[in-house]
Parts: sequence; structure tokens; C-alpha cells
Amino acid sequence: MGNKQSIFTAQQLDAYQVVKCFCRLSRLFYRYRDLAPQLVPLDYTKQPDVKLPYELIGSMPELKDNPFRQRIAEVFSEDGEGNMSLDDFLDMFSVLSEMAPRDLKAYYAFKIYDFNNDDFICKSDLEKTLNKLTRSELTEDEVKMVCEKVMDEADLDNDGRLSLEDFQHMIVRAPDFLSTFHIRI
Amino acid sequence: MPRDSLIASDNDADITLEFEGGEEGGHKERRHREKRRDGSKDRRKRGNGRRRQGSRSVERENEEERVGEREKERKRRVKKDQEAKKRDKEEGDRAQTRSEKTAKAKKNIKNEKRRRSEKEGEAGERTEKGKKKVQSAKKEKSVNHGTKDKTHEEKKKKRKKVLETSSEQETSEEDSEDKEDSEDEEVKPESLSPEELEKLKEAVDDKKKLIQSLRGKPWPMKKKLVTLRESQEFLEKYEGALGKGKGRKLYAYKVMMMKKWMKFQRDFENFKTACIPWEMKIKEIESHFGSSVASYFIFLRWMYGINMILFGLTFGLVMVPEALMGRPYGSIPRKTVPRAEEASAMDFAVLWDFGGYAQYSVLFYGFYSNQRAIGWLKFRMPLSYFLVGVGTVAYSYMVVIRTMARNANESGVGDDNSFNFSWKMFTSWDYLIGNPETADNKFASITTSFKEAILEEQESRKDDNIHLTRFLRVLANFLVLCCLAGSGYLIYFVVRRSQKFALDGLENHTWWERNEVNMVMSLLGMFCPMLFDVISTLENYHPRVALQWQLGRIFALFLGNLYTFIIALMDEINVKRDEEKIVKFNITMWEASLYNGTVSENFTAPPITIHPADVPRGPCWETMVGQEFVRLIISDTMTTYITLLIGDFLRAVLVRFLNHCWCWDLEAGFPSYSEFDVSGNVLGLIFNQGMIWMGAFYAPCLPALNVLRLHVSMYLQCWAVMCCNVPQERVFKASGSNNFYMAMLLVILFLSTLPAIYTIVTIPPSFDCGPFSGKNRMFDVIQETLESDFPAWFSKVFSYASNPGLVLPFILLMVLAIYYLQSTSKSYKEANVELKKKLQMQNEENKKKNKKAAQKALMDLEEARKVALESAGHQRNNNASYQGQQAREMQPATRVPRTINHRSHGNPGYLPNFPLQNETMIRRAPSLQRH
Repeated sequence: MGNKQSIFTAQQLDAYQVVKCFCRLSRLFYRYRDLAPQLVPLDYTKQPDVKLPYELIGSMPELKDNPFRQRIAEVFSEDGEGNMSLDDFLDMFSVLSEMAPRDLKAYYAFKIYDFNNDDFICKSDLEKTLNKLTRSELTEDEVKMVCEKVMDEADLDNDGRLSLEDFQHMIVRAPDFLSTFHIRI
Repeated sequence: MPRDSLIASDNDADITLEFEGGEEGGHKERRHREKRRDGSKDRRKRGNGRRRQGSRSVERENEEERVGEREKERKRRVKKDQEAKKRDKEEGDRAQTRSEKTAKAKKNIKNEKRRRSEKEGEAGERTEKGKKKVQSAKKEKSVNHGTKDKTHEEKKKKRKKVLETSSEQETSEEDSEDKEDSEDEEVKPESLSPEELEKLKEAVDDKKKLIQSLRGKPWPMKKKLVTLRESQEFLEKYEGALGKGKGRKLYAYKVMMMKKWMKFQRDFENFKTACIPWEMKIKEIESHFGSSVASYFIFLRWMYGINMILFGLTFGLVMVPEALMGRPYGSIPRKTVPRAEEASAMDFAVLWDFGGYAQYSVLFYGFYSNQRAIGWLKFRMPLSYFLVGVGTVAYSYMVVIRTMARNANESGVGDDNSFNFSWKMFTSWDYLIGNPETADNKFASITTSFKEAILEEQESRKDDNIHLTRFLRVLANFLVLCCLAGSGYLIYFVVRRSQKFALDGLENHTWWERNEVNMVMSLLGMFCPMLFDVISTLENYHPRVALQWQLGRIFALFLGNLYTFIIALMDEINVKRDEEKIVKFNITMWEASLYNGTVSENFTAPPITIHPADVPRGPCWETMVGQEFVRLIISDTMTTYITLLIGDFLRAVLVRFLNHCWCWDLEAGFPSYSEFDVSGNVLGLIFNQGMIWMGAFYAPCLPALNVLRLHVSMYLQCWAVMCCNVPQERVFKASGSNNFYMAMLLVILFLSTLPAIYTIVTIPPSFDCGPFSGKNRMFDVIQETLESDFPAWFSKVFSYASNPGLVLPFILLMVLAIYYLQSTSKSYKEANVELKKKLQMQNEENKKKNKKAAQKALMDLEEARKVALESAGHQRNNNASYQGQQAREMQPATRVPRTINHRSHGNPGYLPNFPLQNETMIRRAPSLQRH
């Protein structure tokens, strides 16, 4: 506790506790700081404006083997480039923690899979997702077919792309969405 | 004005009547004036919370946005008030009439408001304070309007009443002011009407809700923090403001306590998460092996928790009291090692078998004495023993069922196959993976699963030689049945043989002969699953189906083994009971002879005290059962550990170090490294737990042993997994099978309590050992307690209540209730399935229709384009009309299903948004046309 108080003020701590879905603020902070001890100050009471570049974020052991790490970083960073402030960082692990509600997770999953940020998952997004998942080991025809199948299954309004509603409709029924879409830290 | 409205008096009516005439004129003028100075005055009014009826509805909508503004405005208010005063004077007349009008309008809801006003007494005080400022500022400039005086006086009176009800503190001040006020033709003496207060309260509540729901909002962190800060500031200000004056202290205290409580809860939550053991270990495994292997360890941890509680129960309520307060070792025969065994009682081999001193200790049933109350606490030992036995089972049932229900809730629907590819696409990556090797495996497994799915999709069900497959499957099942029967017979045979050995005396036999039963059971449990695995390759099932078959077979094997074991034990119990009868008879003879001997030899000598070790005693079958179970657990644990060491560790070591001097690649080829067998391990755990439940009544030490075992398992298996296993190639989903395992656990729990309950209820306890010795049945202890520890009327009531005439109807009622609930749930389920089907069909229909419509639109567009090419000048008009037509045509086709769906489900979120889609269609049309 003594350590924590020197990093954050009591109000900040309280605020984080209310807003976040996890309880291990100090651990997360140290994880964040360990990425770049020379950049991140130990005193966050004055809310310094520090951002870690994507290269550092993406090299975390929790993320480095994830095919979607860049997307994750981009979605959660404020600038959309993957450079994260502490708040973004906390945000990311809050959403990916076990305690986060299903809808919140679904929303961010949608954002992660929406590669071109147009608020719809279209065919190109699906192809990118699939290629990342299989390391491009499927043939073009197979990729095409899978994408068509996905559209066929999940695209309820038949506009050729998945909206957030389509995605949520599909994902909340998935039996292991919650168990796989989380990162323990 | 609120103070008018706060009190329903006859005066009110009179006044309004009096001023009815003037009101109408004022009405028009007011509107006019409001237009004129809407800006400053309106804002000021808002700042003071002084809102007119007309502007209220608008303001309600805007309220939240203005929350921030309010504060600033409040500061400005004082200044503005001064400016406004002049205007107020001019408009005093009109305002007065207006106030009357509002009073009239409010009369209808007066009663309700009065109720509120009592609630908001605290809040009202704030109002009054704000008012005072304004009033005092205006006092000097006040002008007398004779006509208004009367109404003013009335008003003041009313207000006084309000004040009396709301705040006694300030009434005196108000009184003095009231006199001055009576001359004062003040327009807005109150700052907040009850309705506004209500609104403020609503806003406060909204903010509170906002704070609570902030976690679930998909906003970036900064926005969340800013919102949180703003709303907290708002809350602090207005919550504090709402509670000024008398209630303020109480309110502040409440708020403070609330905050403290929240903080405590948060800290407690932190503490709880910090207390969860092995979190880091599991995390590490998770990142290496994915969620399915980790799910085993989470299950293990859960089991550990349950066993800790069971252990606490037996240890705290049975073992410790007996050890501390019961008679010490050696005081009575049942607590002493018999003379014949004394020599070897401390030998390790005997102790390892839980004989000797271990047998005559708190670890087993036989040690407990049948004293009704022990120690200075008058602890009811037999009752406690019985209740702990029952409580163990009851608690386990409760926990398992509760967990199952929670799992069922979490997993939701999940079993329809309509989103096969989408789920594969979006949920197959396990975000927990943080290890390159595992990631490689995962990539490969995802690729294969996609390929499999594609294949399946392309040629749905190719049936090559169905007869052969069928024959093979029947053959496989036959073989498995043979295995099961063989293993059952083997166990039965071994148990009978061991009984023979036991009759001969264990000392004459080798180690193998003594431990035959347990060893055979463990070996069967080890090798049969492998056999099943081989057999199941015959069947050619889909891997997931094959896994379920495999699990089912192993389950059957374990169950069969366990039950054979129990049946053999029952035989043994009967043998022991026969033996007991003989011993009992012999003892009476022996006692008689002893007595006769002493009497005849020396009459005057004190009666010979026989050392308890020399007293002949019966075979205590309960202890025997307990011992058997303990031995079983021990040997089971040993085999598990040894297989772990040999099968995993040694194999890994050999593969690793012999690899560079071997003729083929050991790591990639035949032995390779072992995979972690989740299902087998889970099953082992479940059966182990079943044995604990079964034997815990006769050997109170079993939960303790199990805790130990699980603890060691946790570390050993974690280590083994991390150092000598490789991630699975075929990764099965973890969550889907969660409840499957739980269901197994429940079945095992039921099956293991069955024999325990049977022995407790039907077999009379041994006559000379255990807490129930001397009773006819074990549960007689309840009756005894009822009779001797409770007042007479209680036992009477109890006997009435337990009479069949009452019990039978009650049972009938319960059965009826169960039947009713079951049938309703069944019908719900059916309805659910039906609705689901309907939904699916409609979805498909919609899709088809939409596709058709889209195609038609496309064709139309093609035509249109052709036409357009021909007559370029008319192109746009044509297209517009086509599009219009399409839109009109599509409306009815898509609307009908939507309304149906709405009616049947009432959940529009599940269904596509049709109007939107029409728009997109229309939008798409021109884009096509442009090509």
C-alpha cells in the first residue's frame, strides 16, 4: 500500500477502482513501467503524459504471440497507432480481464476484428482475420469460402458486412468466447 | 409556487378564486415577457432551480447537460439577482398572479407532494436558505402593492407551516423575515420546488447509476475518468446540498459511512483475489497450454477448496474434540492396541497399512467412544459425528449443484450449430496463449479445424461402407464391455482372495498379497483407458464424439470397479458381523468366567482390573471399511504420482537425452513427449473425490488426506506439465465440457453417498467400537438427543410431526411440486426450442427474400442502365423511379416477418433492422448504377 500511494493519489486510486474491472492496479502499473523504466515515472499523482510505443507494448509476453496484437494495441490506444498511455494500458487489461462484462468484451472484439475501422466487419476484414489465424495456410478458395460462410451465418441484414449488432448476436452465443477472450495478468 | 402547493388549505382555493380574473391577463403577459427575456432570466431561474411549469419539460431533458453549468450560474446568480430585482419589481403583479396559477395547477398533486416534502425536509431547508439571500437583498427596494398584500400574507402563513414541518431550526429566523416579506412583493422566494427537487434527486440517482455502470461502458479510459470525476463532483455538491440543515449531519455521516463501506468492500475484494492460491502458476500454465489444460488446474483448485471445508468440518467438530476432550488413549479397550498386535503396532509396514497405532486413533471410526457428552463443554460427540457425516454430504451436494447452475447460466444456449464458421473465426484464438510453441500448435490446430470444417461442408456426410463402420463399432463396444466385465470380475476375485488372506492373518503373506486389491484397481485404472483408446480407433468417430465415448467408458470402468469393490466390502462386512456375534457370545462367557474365577478364588480381594489391551473385542467392521478406503486412496495417489514420474518425467528425460544417439528422431517420432491428458486427469480427480465421500463417514481422516494429496498434486502436476509435457495438438474446448465434468461429479456424489447411506441405515453398528456402539442403529442418536437434550414438548411435537400421517402428505406434496415444476420447465423448454426454430426459419426466409429482392433490384438496375445507355438524357429519372419502386416493393415483404418476430419474442435486438436495410439497398443502387 505504501508503494501505491506514492504512485497514485488516493482519489486516483478510488477512481480507477470504480472504473476498472480488475483489482490489481499496482501490478499492472509495474508491468507497464517495466516495459520502459526510463520513460515511465514512478509518480503518477500529476498525471504525466507518457506514452509507450507499440513496439514495447507488442513485446509483452501476454501479447507477443497473439496474431491480433497490433489490432489490440491500436484499438485500445487513444491515437489509434498502438502507442499507449497508462490509461490505455489499464483500459486494455480491464476489458480483457475476467471480470469484464460480456457486452463490453464483444464490443472490443468487434473493434479488434474491424481492421479498417469502418465500424463494419467486411469481407476484407474477415480475410485478414482468417489469414492471421491460420498464418495464411489456407488457399485463396478456402479463404473465400470460409468468409462467405461466415457472412452467410452471421450477416442477418444481408448487407454483405457484419455490423456490431450482427457480431454481438453471433458472439454472445459462442460457448467459449468468454473463456478465450481474456488475458490473465 | 411550491410553498403554496405544499399545503392544502381552504385558503388556497379562496385566493385562487379571488384572483381568477387577473390571472388571465397575466397569463398572456407572462408569455410575452418570457420571450422577451428568455436568456438571462431563464438561466437565472435555472440556476436557482426556480423553474416555471412551462419551461420544466424542456429543462428536464437538458438538465444533465446543464449540470456543469449550474455551478457557475450559481456563482453568477448573486449578481444577476441584483439586476433582476428591478425587473422583478415591475413584474411583481404578474408574477403574483402567476404564482397563484401554479398553485392552482399544483393542487391536484398536492397530497403527493406533501408526502414528498416530508421526505425532502432536509432539501427544503436548502431552498429556504437560498431564498433568504434573495429576500434580504430585495427587502429595501420592496414596494407595497395593496392588493397583493393579502395573498402574500396567506402565502407566508403557509410557508411557515411548511417550515415548521420541515425545519424547526430555521423557523424563528423565518418568522422574523416573514414579517418583512409580507410587504415584500417577491417573485421567486423559493429556489426549488418539490418537483425540481425531485428532478435533482433523479439527476443525482442518474449520476450514481452512471458511476456504477461506468465499468461496462466502452469508452476510453480518459473519458471514463473525466465522466467519473464530473459526476462525482456533481454528486458531492448536490447530495451535500440536498441535505443541508438538520439532516445534514446525518446525511454526511451516511455518505461517509457509505464511502467507508465501499472502500472496505473494495479492499476486501482485493484481499479475496490476493487470497486465491496458485493464480500465477495457473496463469503460467494457461499461457503455455491454453485454457483447456488450465481448466483442469482450476478444477483441481476448486476441489481443493471443497476439501478444505470438509476437512475443517471433520477436523474441527470430530477429530479435535475427541482428541482433546475424549478419554485418552489406553483408557478403554477400543482406544488401545490389543495385546496380540502390540509388538508390531509401531512397525512402519503396519502403520503404512493403517493398522497398529494408526488404527486405534482418531483417524478411524472405531476409536470414538459412545459417551453422550465429553469434556467440560459437554460436547455431544456421537451427535456431532453423525451430523458432520450428514453435513459433509449435504454441503457437497449444495456446492456441486450451485456450481452447475452457475455454469449453465454462463454457458447460455451455445449448442446450436448455426454459427459454426463464425465462431471458429472469432473465438478460436485463445488470448491466454503466451508461448511461441503453443501459439504454433494453436495456429496449426485452427488451420486443421478450418480445413475439416470446409471438407465437411463440401461433402456433407459421405458414407463409405456403412456396414463395415457399423460392424466395427459394434465390435468395439463388445470389446469394451468384455474389458469392463473382466475388470469387474478381477476385482471381485481379488477382494475375495484378500479376505481369505485376512482370515489367515496378514503377516504370513507377501507385500503383493496384502495390497493386491488396491494395486489391481489402480493398475486397471491405468491400463484400461489405454486399451479403450486403442479400441476406439476402430470406430472412426469424429474426435469430439470419440472423446465423449472414451470418457463415458472410463467412467463406466471406474464406476464398475468402485461398485465391485463396495459389493466385496459388503460381503466382508457380513463376515465380520457373523464374527462379531461369536465374539460377543465369547465375551459374555469370558466375563462370566472371569467373574466366577475371582469370586471363587479370593472373595475379599479387590476386583481384578484387566488391562484394556487384554479385553477381547469384536471385529469393528466400520474401522475395517474406513481402512479399506484409506488404503485405496493412498495406493491411488501413489499410482498417480508414479505414473506421472515414470510416464511423463522419465519419458521426457529419455527422449531428450537419448535423442542425439538414437537411430530415429525420438522427439518427433514414436515416444515423443507426452501430452497432458485433461479428461483422464479430471476423471481421476472425480473418482478420488467419490471415494472420499464414500469413506469419510468411517474414516474421518479422509478429507485431511485428500487435502494433502490435492496439495501435492497441484505442485507436482504443475511442475510435470511445465517440464515434461507438450501442448496438445488437438485442442479441445474447455468451457463446453465444464458442466459435463460437473455432471459426472454429481453422479459420482450420488452413487457414492448411496452405499454410505445404505450401511448407515440398515446395518447396526458394532457393539464395542465407535460413537454409536450400543445403539440399534446409527441414527438413533438423533432420537436420543431429542429425548434427553430438548424439552419434553419438543420431542412430542417432533414425534407428531414425524408420524406417517403428516409425513406422507408432505412427501406427496413435494412430489407434486416437483412434478409441477418439472412439467412447467419442460413446457418452457419446448416453447424455447420451438421459438428458436421459428426464429431460425424466419431468418433464413428473410435472407432468401432479401437475396431475391437484391437480385431483382440488380436486374432492374441492369435494365435501367441499358435504357440509360440508350437514352442518356432520361437516365436519372428512370433510376429514381426504379429505386422508389424497389423500396415500396420491399417494404411489405420485410415488414411482415419483423412484426411476427416482435410479437413472438419481444426482443428486437435479435433481429435485423429491416428499415435500415432497405436504406442500404437504396443506397447501394446508385453506386451500382455508377459503375
